[in-house]
Amino acid sequence: MTMLVYLIPAALFLGALGLSGFLWALRSGQYEDLDGAAERILIEPDQRDNEGRQSI
Amino acid sequence: MSCCAPGAEMALDVANAMAAPPSSDEIKLASRSLGGDIHQTELSVPTVHCAACIRAIETALARVENVELARVNLSTKRVSVRWHGNEVPPLFATLDRLGYRAHLFDPETQERDKTFFELIRAVAVAGFAAANIMLLSVSVWSGAEGATRDLFHWLSALIAIPALVFAGGIYFRSAANALRHGRMNMDVPIAVGVSLAYAMSLYETINHGKHAYFDASVSLLFFLLIGRTLDHVMRERARTAVNGLARLASRGAVVLRDDSSRDYLPVGDIEPGMRLLIAAGERIPVDGDVLSGDSDLDCSIVSGESAPRAVSAGMHLQAGTLNLTGPLTMQATAAAKDSFLAEMVRLMEAAEGGRSQYRKIADRVSALYAPVVHVGALATFLGWMAATGDWHRAMTVAIAVLIITCPCALGLAVPIVQVVAARRLFEAGVMVKDGSAMERLAAIDTAVFDKTGTLTMGRPRLVNASSIDPALLATAAKMAAHSRHPYSKALAIYEGSSSQPKFDAVREEPGFGIEALTGKDVWRLGRHGWAGWKAEPRLEDTSGASDGTGLSKNGMIVARFAFEDAPRQDAKAALEELKRAGVPVEMLSGDTTKACGEVARTLGIVNFVPALLPSGKVEWIETLTHAGHKVLMVGDGLNDTPALGAAHVSMAPATAADIGRKAADFVFLRDSLLAVPLALDISRRAGRLIRQNIAIAIVYNALAVPIAILGYVTPLIAAVAMSASSLIVIANAMRLQGVKGAREATAVRRRATVVEAARS
Repeated sequence: MTMLVYLIPAALFLGALGLSGFLWALRSGQYEDLDGAAERILIEPDQRDNEGRQSI
Repeated sequence: MSCCAPGAEMALDVANAMAAPPSSDEIKLASRSLGGDIHQTELSVPTVHCAACIRAIETALARVENVELARVNLSTKRVSVRWHGNEVPPLFATLDRLGYRAHLFDPETQERDKTFFELIRAVAVAGFAAANIMLLSVSVWSGAEGATRDLFHWLSALIAIPALVFAGGIYFRSAANALRHGRMNMDVPIAVGVSLAYAMSLYETINHGKHAYFDASVSLLFFLLIGRTLDHVMRERARTAVNGLARLASRGAVVLRDDSSRDYLPVGDIEPGMRLLIAAGERIPVDGDVLSGDSDLDCSIVSGESAPRAVSAGMHLQAGTLNLTGPLTMQATAAAKDSFLAEMVRLMEAAEGGRSQYRKIADRVSALYAPVVHVGALATFLGWMAATGDWHRAMTVAIAVLIITCPCALGLAVPIVQVVAARRLFEAGVMVKDGSAMERLAAIDTAVFDKTGTLTMGRPRLVNASSIDPALLATAAKMAAHSRHPYSKALAIYEGSSSQPKFDAVREEPGFGIEALTGKDVWRLGRHGWAGWKAEPRLEDTSGASDGTGLSKNGMIVARFAFEDAPRQDAKAALEELKRAGVPVEMLSGDTTKACGEVARTLGIVNFVPALLPSGKVEWIETLTHAGHKVLMVGDGLNDTPALGAAHVSMAPATAADIGRKAADFVFLRDSLLAVPLALDISRRAGRLIRQNIAIAIVYNALAVPIAILGYVTPLIAAVAMSASSLIVIANAMRLQGVKGAREATAVRRRATVVEAARS
């Protein structure tokens, strides 16, 4: 039973990590435009600067 | 132009085609200042729908001078543009060149959706807690004992706390709110069940008990929240789609000061007595009188009249009408809050009393269900007390009854069906503003339609084209291309390739027509009396000839044109389908008896009432309601808005006036009127599925409650029973998705548009 001492915290920690990752993604607006994100992968990357803006 | 020519789907340029793009003053008024001289403008572009569109728009806008950033949001079909400087960049012209029709989006309507954020966060926390607690519970069920079981219970109790705070809070608040107003909703039994389950489990844990229901209370919240979130997402999507439509009321107007300086003022700041300049293509912002200028007014959205009305100095203008052909100077006689539009809003609010009495099915069921369950649990407690005298045992069994009856399936029964139904309708271009709207639509027994703009397109069509000399028709069409008058637009499509005279000069005489010169010939297209200034009396004395439209050469009428308002696509088929579904159809209109009679004959409508005022429409609907009918109102005009509010349920096309779209429960985005029978059909199916789901939930309770009352329920049984009943309810709702027919038709049509677009 001693392994429970570190297994349970480890399991909970990993779960919490996933949860906080999701909440962070939500807060930073990554779910604002799901359709757009799916389509944007088709746009040539070399025409964008590193801020995701179209360069002229 | 890219493969995806705009207009493939949800093309909404019907009404807007006539209106000019907003002036730069108006754009500035609708922009948000980000500090300094940086502004952000939100544009709604309904036709953007693939990566090529995103790229075309973003590249083109980024090249425009002063534009800092342009970002397309494909989900909401919006573009936000950040620009600096005092001059508004030519955003609309740029988009127009690309072939995208855009309109301004109001900054106040695009606040971030707080509720959605809260719901998603609650789902995430509840999902995390439910998964971890279930893991611990499985270990307990499979035989963990003694100190280990206690440890697992304590851990579960800890993990459940954030779920109760974030996820449970939504239900506790809603339940408290309902109880405070003396009402009962589905959230009350949920809140009671969840909190009692938690409290009892905590007591058990402290006393080293065997059974804890932490998993039941948290997974219950998780399941219910999924349903609630989907419901919210669906409604939010419909709301954004409706908000993204072009705004028809004007935001402001150019005010001419006494020192002849000009200011652009928002509508709310316009006061009676001010002089306003109204360019062709702008809407009249407030009621007023014409001081100078001649023009034609499109009143279809205000009064339901299909034929444009000529105006000249001294005549009265109603707010909301569209100035078509010439610039006008007008004097405001009322502020915006006293104008026609505001009066319609007041009428609508007065008429809305009837609808607020409607109670949702879910609330009606829970009003019966909650007392029965709670009394049942109390009776169980008293029964066990009397039988054994062991209050701890009696309490445990009574709470087990509450947990097993906790309306997981019942709480999902209604929203999950409505979500699936709303999705089906969304695919067909029909937006549902509110879940209860489908319940109300399923109950209707009379459908009332407005004429102009609803049964008809509100756009005239030439009816005697075959009897006109093609060469003359082509000439008229060529002249008509110079005007935005609806009749001209109807004529302009007849432009042929046959040899036509080349015009040396073309000018539009607002309120009368168009004059063109070829060599020494003078052509006139327009009002009969004006075009044929040398007309023979023979033509003049035929009835109604003076207000007909004609083409003249050197003052002699050479062709006459007859127009009628074209019925909306599939209008007849839609009405027949409604009749087959057992819903009689009536037509109410503000238009003349003659115009109504023609439309009624074409569409096979028996009952119609012409020349009604807005209040007359409301009275008509109220009379029907008092006679025990449940009325569906379909209308688009400002004059229909009070009637939309008065009816049991209402629908409006996307081309409707702004407040009409806000008032209606359903808004359909495509031209076809078949949206009405489709919505009725899906709502009725949804109603059937909801009743089935409620029956399933009740049958489940009838089976589970005796087991619980006898004291045989363990946490394992509760978890299995609750999950199983929820899954059955969800599976039943999904059957609505499987209905074929309409879906295939959409797919076929979509394919056809793609083929068409590829060819062009």
